[in-house]
Amino acid sequence: MVTDPISLLSPEGELLTHPDYVNSLNDASLFSMYRDMVIVRRLCNEATTLQRQGALALWAPSLGQEAAQIGAGRALEPTDFSFPSYREHGVAWCRGVPPANVLRLFRTVSSGGWNPYTYNHALPTIVLANQMLHAVGYAMGVQRDGADTAVITFFGDGASSQGDALESFVWAASFNAPVVFFCQNNQFGISTPVTTQSRVPLAERASGFGFPGVRVDGNDVIAVYEVTRTALERARSGGGPTMIEAYTYRMGAHTTSDDPTRYRRETDVELWKHRDPIERVKALLAREYDYHRDSFAAVDAEAEAVAMDLRRDVLAMERPDPITMFDHVYAEPHPLIDEGRRDLRELGLTEVLP
Amino acid sequence: MTMAHALNAGLRRAMEDNPKVLLMGEDIGTLGGVFRITDGLMKDFGAARVIDTPLSESAIVGTAVGLAMRGYRTVCEMQFDGFVYPAFDQLVSQVAKLRKRSDGVFTMGLVIRLPFQGGIGAIEHHSESPEAYFAHTPGLRVVSCSNPHDAYWMIQQAVTCDDPIIFCEPKSRYWEKGAVDTERAGLGLFDARVVREGRDVTVIGFGSYVKTMLRAADAAALEGRSLEVIDLRSVAPLDLDTLVASVRKTGRLLVVQEAPHTASIGATLVAELTRECFYDLRAPGLIVSGYHVPYPISRHEEEYRPSVERILDGVDRLFEYDV
Repeated sequence: MVTDPISLLSPEGELLTHPDYVNSLNDASLFSMYRDMVIVRRLCNEATTLQRQGALALWAPSLGQEAAQIGAGRALEPTDFSFPSYREHGVAWCRGVPPANVLRLFRTVSSGGWNPYTYNHALPTIVLANQMLHAVGYAMGVQRDGADTAVITFFGDGASSQGDALESFVWAASFNAPVVFFCQNNQFGISTPVTTQSRVPLAERASGFGFPGVRVDGNDVIAVYEVTRTALERARSGGGPTMIEAYTYRMGAHTTSDDPTRYRRETDVELWKHRDPIERVKALLAREYDYHRDSFAAVDAEAEAVAMDLRRDVLAMERPDPITMFDHVYAEPHPLIDEGRRDLRELGLTEVLP
Repeated sequence: MTMAHALNAGLRRAMEDNPKVLLMGEDIGTLGGVFRITDGLMKDFGAARVIDTPLSESAIVGTAVGLAMRGYRTVCEMQFDGFVYPAFDQLVSQVAKLRKRSDGVFTMGLVIRLPFQGGIGAIEHHSESPEAYFAHTPGLRVVSCSNPHDAYWMIQQAVTCDDPIIFCEPKSRYWEKGAVDTERAGLGLFDARVVREGRDVTVIGFGSYVKTMLRAADAAALEGRSLEVIDLRSVAPLDLDTLVASVRKTGRLLVVQEAPHTASIGATLVAELTRECFYDLRAPGLIVSGYHVPYPISRHEEEYRPSVERILDGVDRLFEYDV
């Protein structure tokens, strides 16, 4: 049975003890995770602004989920491979994907945005749970290579109802694949509450498939980091899959096209504001480790600079030449691709338009 | 050797040639597949390369995608045509699009083996012709073998192709024998073959219908009509050069397929060849196909499937346009 979410840092910023997990992070690491969270939130807000100004077609905010994403992302070794859904901007940041590349999808200049092998981070997957099977397959490849690599895949409470999610659990168990299933339970699939997806805490599902499920406070970056690190290590050492349910809350809208006031209570949002993932780390750093106002101000200034870089880079992204729609559809020559290219050229539609 | 044996031998050779080639599917290992296409391969290559999977088609394809990202080439067996639909999402949303989405970084060199078409007296969901669903999808390629020689070579060519291939195997022909030249392939994977030359009508089909078309050509010859029979082999893309040359010569076009004709390969062939051969055609291109009904109870399949008689009837209709 899954008990209360594992927590190592209270909303007030007090370190907690747990029988199975211990905070291994020193103050420098904690501060750097704080920095990551602040920057990722600032980038997210900048992206929302860019969308409101018409520079992006859409944005899916990660507001409120910074601890889940930074905690998990920072637990990965560089050689581990991660498979995101479409809201894991914090994980992408940890993996080193330049923020502007993340926004190429939302600027609609690309359907991907980066070279997955450069960052060992796969591309956004919008069809729910498809990527979970890719992660299991990749992990099966890792097994065949005898590599010391773990695979992690991210999904949400909504995706947990998809057949591909459940099939990925079956397969990972059958083949003892070195994969971690990281569920960010942000409590809503657009408007659909998690109670419509599951009668039991999602982490409880894992035991039915034959591997451990761990429920962690998704707004506690220390607990998320420790739980994820342990699960990844278990995968690397042949222990097989683990499911992690990071219990969190989507503070923003599903996307910039969504209006959450239609389906959730303001009182709930207020409640979760008091559980903010960033404020509790800041409180801890100030009280226990003597970080002062200047340190926090420096992070804010850095975040502002990174956000301005993002703005500049996004606004500089031009529409690719339409002829590039024919690139990379096939690896080998294809007559219909040749025909399409020819047609576009004959119609004079191949110049980059402003 | 039989087509089943040729496919087995082709897969064996593909696995010998490249240690990254894996086979995945339901009952393909210990059992050797319900059609025994993979018989003995698990014994020789081990369970890490010939993988008996849980029964979930979406996962067979979805994990093959992940394996491809890790540098493996997986040949996925769909046990029957009618069981491919749970994998449709992975095929259309991921397999077909990942090369594009990754700007060419991801190579989806995987093969989906699909025993297709009817004629074996089966129960529902075991006799379907879903090729058009996949031919319609940019990013995928669809091929079909009609004889043991092509089965042996085409499966190997499909494995080495860097694009995802839907590989349609006419299950009713699995146990028919034919010569296999293991030294020379003869044709590329995406080439059509003129199986029998003729003057009066170009008859195009694939899979189990190549043999049916040849029988029809024999019968037509007795009536003094000369049919040119083309094995399409590559359903998508079409080898238009070969097809156009034939239709320009004969002036008449008949497509034979088991799938219903609406939005089908035949419909595309007629459209393309009408465009390319408009002034050479003496009659509109016609399609002899299955009817617009779910594949019928197998007690009705002989009435449903294009037969020699229906092909000859189609030929007659083409000549009715002569004045």
